[in-house]
Amino acid sequence: MQMHQTARNDLLLDVRNLETHFFGEDSVTRALGGISFQVKKGETLGVVGESGCGKSVTALSILRLLPKVSARTVGGEVRFHGRDLLDLSDREMRKIRGDQIAMIFQEPMTSLNPVYTVGRQIAEAVQIHTKASRSAAMKKAEEMLRLVRIADPERRVNNYPHEMSGGMRQRAMIAMALACSPELLIADEPTTALDVTIQAQILRLIVDLKERTGTAVMFITHDLGVVAETCQRVIVMYAGRIVEQANVIDLFARPAHPYTQGLMRSVPDRRRGRQRRLPEIPGIVPSLREPIVGCSFAPRCPFAIDICREKRPPFLDVGSSHAAACWRAEEVMGA
Amino acid sequence: MAAYILRRMVSAIAVMAMVGVFVFLLLRLAPGDPAAIIAGRSATEEMIAGIREQLGLNDPMPVQFIRWVRDMLGGDFGTSIFAGRPVLELISQRLEPTISLSILTMILSVTIGVSFGILAAWRTGGLVDRLLTAFSAFGYSIPVFVIGFFLIYFFAIRAHWLPVQGYVPIELGIGRWFVHLVLPTVALSLGYIAFIARVTRASMLEVLTEDYMRTAAAKGASSYAMLFHHALKNAGVPILTVIGISFAYLIGGVVLTETVFNIPGIGRLVVDAINNRDYPIIQSVLILTSGLYVLVNLAIDLAYTLIDPRIRY
Repeated sequence: MQMHQTARNDLLLDVRNLETHFFGEDSVTRALGGISFQVKKGETLGVVGESGCGKSVTALSILRLLPKVSARTVGGEVRFHGRDLLDLSDREMRKIRGDQIAMIFQEPMTSLNPVYTVGRQIAEAVQIHTKASRSAAMKKAEEMLRLVRIADPERRVNNYPHEMSGGMRQRAMIAMALACSPELLIADEPTTALDVTIQAQILRLIVDLKERTGTAVMFITHDLGVVAETCQRVIVMYAGRIVEQANVIDLFARPAHPYTQGLMRSVPDRRRGRQRRLPEIPGIVPSLREPIVGCSFAPRCPFAIDICREKRPPFLDVGSSHAAACWRAEEVMGA
Repeated sequence: MAAYILRRMVSAIAVMAMVGVFVFLLLRLAPGDPAAIIAGRSATEEMIAGIREQLGLNDPMPVQFIRWVRDMLGGDFGTSIFAGRPVLELISQRLEPTISLSILTMILSVTIGVSFGILAAWRTGGLVDRLLTAFSAFGYSIPVFVIGFFLIYFFAIRAHWLPVQGYVPIELGIGRWFVHLVLPTVALSLGYIAFIARVTRASMLEVLTEDYMRTAAAKGASSYAMLFHHALKNAGVPILTVIGISFAYLIGGVVLTETVFNIPGIGRLVVDAINNRDYPIIQSVLILTSGLYVLVNLAIDLAYTLIDPRIRY
């Protein structure tokens, strides 16, 4: 099974052809249509795309946290240190969650359990994965709160979530995620629900802690500005597939997929002046309930020609470690 | 908190006053002359007049009411017309079987009901869940006395495993006390188990979809920790509420169960008192159970603060 495993030892996560479906009453939604990407040790990978493109489903599929009744990963591999996580027993998977791969979520207001103190919830993560005593785990929780720069941590460990602000709760979530020094941190839109000023602080904190701990980060966001500030490499997702993959400088300099270009144009830019109306991508995201023929972006694409509507474009290199799924990538990059 | 308890006590007094008026009028507004009813069919005019005088029924109603309330506050709940002994003494003699049956029923209903509900919510549509659906239809719809007779027939008369009926006080041996209470407790509990399990299931299902459950899973928490540590405490408020409601219904269920199993408890005392038109007993039991109900409600409301830190009074 592991014959073709490239023994590159800086490879942490290797996702191959991951396919996840949601099962409704009488329909199947192909939320992930076979995606492949890698995360190297210590790097920050940005995952960008608009709502519903499959960013969160990707994260939840990796950790196998999707609701069992309605969703199933039907194909592909999630190799973590060479081991396919999809093959692990529930028990083995639990040992990885929170210890080697941790996750922080979008909604700090609802992601912490309201009936337990923040300290106890952080301590729980420590106690699950180490043999630490209750009091040692609480000490660790306090230390983690200090690390995420919550003032007065010895008092704050005993706070309930409702006694904290949104920004502080997100810091507590980060503290919980990092408590066991994971090798991979999946951050699913960690700043989206926060005030703009708080967003910047949380971003800086994540970047800072990443530098200090050497944790690899998979940063899921719809905000290209966040990607530019935090990530080294980026994958762009559209309708359950990866449409472009590049390092962050190449992506911003020469986007090779029309969707990436559209995304960039719809980011507000102060230099362009404020009179102009912000360009948007016309049309809507296609339904994932029906099989899509051709390129899923074709109906909204200014570059689309006949082949785009008939055949799905392959994922092709357009530069060194820069690839895009577009029949006309060369023309798009030149435009 | 102290202010809240004080406020609740004041409103409890108001509730009890209303209950008092109602119970007082129960006797006075009953059809016919209460004295004549009490005296019986073969009584003479003099006997009825004597009873009326003895009960103070010749005084104006407000005077009677105030006297009645004052006596109760002083610990005098009146004298049984039929037995001729103080009501409070009769009630205290009958207290032990009723309390035993109630406590055992609550323990059984809560432990089985809550665990059943959790398991059903954990695997929705699974075996336990489907069993619960079938069982709760059964538990709701079959009255206590039917279940009681079935249990007696199979487990006592046919199998001889347990006594048919009756009650043995706890000081005569805890084992004998217990075996006599098994069937009544099971008969009385089935409905409550169904009720508590349904609410637990619904409440847990809601909690299981919360974001913090996913956070707990992302930490690597086990199914056990997810269900019993993270979910159950959050689902606790509605569960506690139905336990309180069950307790209130228990008072009605106990009457039937004690009759079926011939247990000499408060329920039987009331049934006999109703048959004998023994108004002082009926009134006293009504007042005392209402008071107990008000106290249980207060206790439940205070218990909410123990499970949910966001609830503060």
